[in-house]
Amino acid sequence: MSGAAHADDHGHGQDAHGHGSFKDYVTGFVLSVILTAIPFWLVMGDVLGDKLVTGVVILGLGAVQIVVHMIYFLHMNTKSEGGWTFMALVFTITLVVITLCGSIWVMHHLNTNMMPVSAEEMRHAP
Amino acid sequence: MATHATHTLVGDRMSATDVPEFLDLKGEHHPEGGTMLGFWIYLMSDCLIFAVLFATYAVLGRSYAAGPSPKDLFDLPIVAVNTSMLLFSSITYGFAMLAMEKDDLAKTQLWLAITGLFGAAFVGLELYEFAHLIHEGATPQRSGFLSAFFTLVGTHGLHVTFGLIWLVTLMIQTRLKGLGAENKRRLMCLSMFWHFLDVIWIGVFTFVYLMGVLQ
Repeated sequence: MSGAAHADDHGHGQDAHGHGSFKDYVTGFVLSVILTAIPFWLVMGDVLGDKLVTGVVILGLGAVQIVVHMIYFLHMNTKSEGGWTFMALVFTITLVVITLCGSIWVMHHLNTNMMPVSAEEMRHAP
Repeated sequence: MATHATHTLVGDRMSATDVPEFLDLKGEHHPEGGTMLGFWIYLMSDCLIFAVLFATYAVLGRSYAAGPSPKDLFDLPIVAVNTSMLLFSSITYGFAMLAMEKDDLAKTQLWLAITGLFGAAFVGLELYEFAHLIHEGATPQRSGFLSAFFTLVGTHGLHVTFGLIWLVTLMIQTRLKGLGAENKRRLMCLSMFWHFLDVIWIGVFTFVYLMGVLQ
């Protein structure tokens, strides 16, 4: 009896990151396979012909697949742990976006605005 | 002055009845889930490490120093096989979790073993790829692109390697102690870790391999 009560107690704590059902895992897996196969097919078969379009499409599919993994494999939702896991995720995504966009933006400008250094200039460099 | 005094008086009355308790001294709010939330926050910090490495790769990814470019080096069929290994290991770990829920130790261990084999195949293929690159002279010292590539992909590979060590440890633990509450909690932490690594790999194969070959 006390064992059952104990197990229930754990069940309550653990559905924070619930387990998901067999159906969840299979759905996630099938979606992931499709979302992985399409970008490889697009790049290896050079289907779209345009590099920019292909790049945008595979980045988009990658983003969708990350969401699929979050929902079906990591059982992410807005309610677990009273919303704290979701809060931590949102905060992390904010930092990731700042890090990625900021680095690329700043370094791109640095790269573009850098004066080409000639051999003559190098000789007189401090 | 008088209004001020009334205000504090009202404030006092408020604190006695309606103000929520922010410090949970009785430990009512997170009776069991503390570990999972803590582990999730660890994963988020790990995510920041990878974000920095992705940013580094985004900045240095085209600095070839007159050396080989991604198009010369990457072998997409191998990357596709590698990706499928990690994807298969994700769903087999899911099956291990389902078996664990039913307290089926034998099945849990079987699925964990299969997950471990897929994970080992992934690490093996990645090491083969690295060895091949280094043999061709595409070492981490060759160019900024290769330094960033080896750091990013190598860090992910190291994570998977440590995940494998953890997996073997838990297989031994569950064999010795069974599927108690503690071992279940550990298996759930590893589950999050393992699926998280698969999420990072989506970024790697999309951003590094596919975008690299595309350029």
